[in-house]
Amino acid sequence: MELNIFVQHFINALSLGSLYGLVAVGYTMVYGILRLINFAHGDIFMLGAYFVYFATIVYKLNWGVGVVIAIILTTICGLLVDRIAYKPLREAPRISALISAIGVSFFIENFAVVVFTGMPRPVVQPPILMKPIEFSNGVRLIPLGILVPVVAFLLVGALLWLLYCTKPGLAMRAISFDIETTRMMGVSVNKIIALAFGLGSALAAVAGIMWALRYPRVEPFMGMTPGIKAFIAAVFGGIGSVPGAMIGGLILGFVEIMSVAFFPTLSGYKDAFAFLLLILILLFRPTGLLGEKLEDKI
Amino acid sequence: MRKFLAALMLVLMLCVVASADDDTIKVGVFNCLTGQNAFGGQLELEGTQLAHTLNPTILGKKVELIIVDNKSDKVEAANAVTRLIENDKVNAIIGTYGSSLAMAGGEVAEKAGIPVIGTSCTNPLVTLDKKFYFRACFIDPFQGAGAATYAFRNLGLKRAATLVDMSNDYSVGLGKFFRDSFKKMGGDIVASLFYQSGDTDFTAQLTALIDAKPDIVFLPAYFAEGAIVLKQAKELGAAFKFIGADAMDNPEIVTLGGEAVEGFMHTTFAYDPSMPEMNATAKAFTEEWNKIHPDKAPNVNCALGYDCYIMLKDAIERAGSAEPAKIRDALETIKDLPTVTGMTTINATHDAEKDMGIVEIKGGKKTFVGIVVPEV
Repeated sequence: MELNIFVQHFINALSLGSLYGLVAVGYTMVYGILRLINFAHGDIFMLGAYFVYFATIVYKLNWGVGVVIAIILTTICGLLVDRIAYKPLREAPRISALISAIGVSFFIENFAVVVFTGMPRPVVQPPILMKPIEFSNGVRLIPLGILVPVVAFLLVGALLWLLYCTKPGLAMRAISFDIETTRMMGVSVNKIIALAFGLGSALAAVAGIMWALRYPRVEPFMGMTPGIKAFIAAVFGGIGSVPGAMIGGLILGFVEIMSVAFFPTLSGYKDAFAFLLLILILLFRPTGLLGEKLEDKI
Repeated sequence: MRKFLAALMLVLMLCVVASADDDTIKVGVFNCLTGQNAFGGQLELEGTQLAHTLNPTILGKKVELIIVDNKSDKVEAANAVTRLIENDKVNAIIGTYGSSLAMAGGEVAEKAGIPVIGTSCTNPLVTLDKKFYFRACFIDPFQGAGAATYAFRNLGLKRAATLVDMSNDYSVGLGKFFRDSFKKMGGDIVASLFYQSGDTDFTAQLTALIDAKPDIVFLPAYFAEGAIVLKQAKELGAAFKFIGADAMDNPEIVTLGGEAVEGFMHTTFAYDPSMPEMNATAKAFTEEWNKIHPDKAPNVNCALGYDCYIMLKDAIERAGSAEPAKIRDALETIKDLPTVTGMTTINATHDAEKDMGIVEIKGGKKTFVGIVVPEV
């Protein structure tokens, strides 16, 4: 393989991996605090993509405004899901909340089919993000390809700052240790949990918007595959760990792209490569890459 | 005892009601109205519905269309056919877009002995050893060879590659037939890559293709994925051409693909609204379609959905009965029936024998560039 082709593969992998990472971070946040695998995360992601589609293409708003509106609406949806489907089950066995999450996932998907119809819709990308930059050695880059990893890393950085350098972040980490003691310390637990859900949903919205820009199509079931992949990425990196989720996403992206790059004849089995690696890592490190024994930590 | 008698009366009454139903012919439609193939399925349904609106009665009996969504999913397809047969007691079934779905549904219909006419399921296995499955379309060996013939003979290209959806019978079959035919004519296959249905990132495969430097890539994809492949190829600056098959035929292709689909070619059935010389059935179909859907041009899927109903009507009329077994026998003997996509003749393997066309996207418009005779 020539160097320029390899560099092209590398860029592709970085872009795909950081998208997986972004979705995975949302999964891991909620899990870290509530021990709940929020299966509806992929569907919240889909709502984010639809909102930006409606804002910019149907109502012809400016992209910046559209993105902000989409993030706000998606966050509201995420908070509603928590309020309606998870909050009443806070004291119930964990499995009940899990089942509720699966129910919410099906509900949102089918609700979207009814409201938005099952027809996939094309997303028109802003031309400024699509204008290719060509390097002398033949490597091509579109601005969107850089924007995705940059946004992903910035958001993860901001999230880490929030978790480790602010009061609400401290409260979140405390909740993940012991919810009752945290309550006794005078922390408004429900508000902090709502904040975590809001943040998780906002991250899903950003990922959904990026996804819709990168793969320009929205449809009600678009959240399923990225949702599953991101869940894998989160487990891979050690579920509950924010940097772990990002690293897990990147590794998943790299394995998928590089397996095709080095074994083109096996390109149809790229998912199998990714899952094989997942099994191997879990065999040797059952808590994932960054999931230390103290897996209760965020 | 009284209760028993009352129950018996009720059952008898129900029987009477059921037999009164005999003056309607129930036609089941199973197609993909949601999911990744909804683009095509929806259009085919609209074609069938148009044919039904124009021909609401057959043999003086009212025809009722019963529509079931197979959700572009193999399991749902089998369920949909079961529902049509067991719940709705249909006389015949029309559907579906997607060979994998047709195969899943076909097994059920075969056991129940209900005839099915496939719209655009072009894989040979759909009707193989089936007594009750027919189709309004030609099959993949013919189509794959057609794309290869066009690339090699008409365009004079010598290096080809394929990008195939390996989880889809339609795509795998077409890819193989293209490669075989292209090699037989003396061309080179320089790469053969794969992806899976539902994938959205094709950058790895496309970069590998760019590395292999083909002149043309055969992309037997479904429309939803195909349009994204073309977009990403453009983003990566791919220099080769793409040729696809009938599943890429969709009026939305330009909206979804934008500039990226310019110069894209695909094989298709001999119908397109841009065709210079249309047969009478096609002309009538186009006019009626435009009346009902003034904002949307018809395509081959609409035409095939329409043709299935016309074939069914012809079979029922010649059989003089709407009994499933008699419809089946009459379907087998369809010969030179004028349909929108040319003259339809059903051959020994239940496939329609008809012409093949090539369409190219030129200046943001689908343009019918000609009819090909494939070297099978």
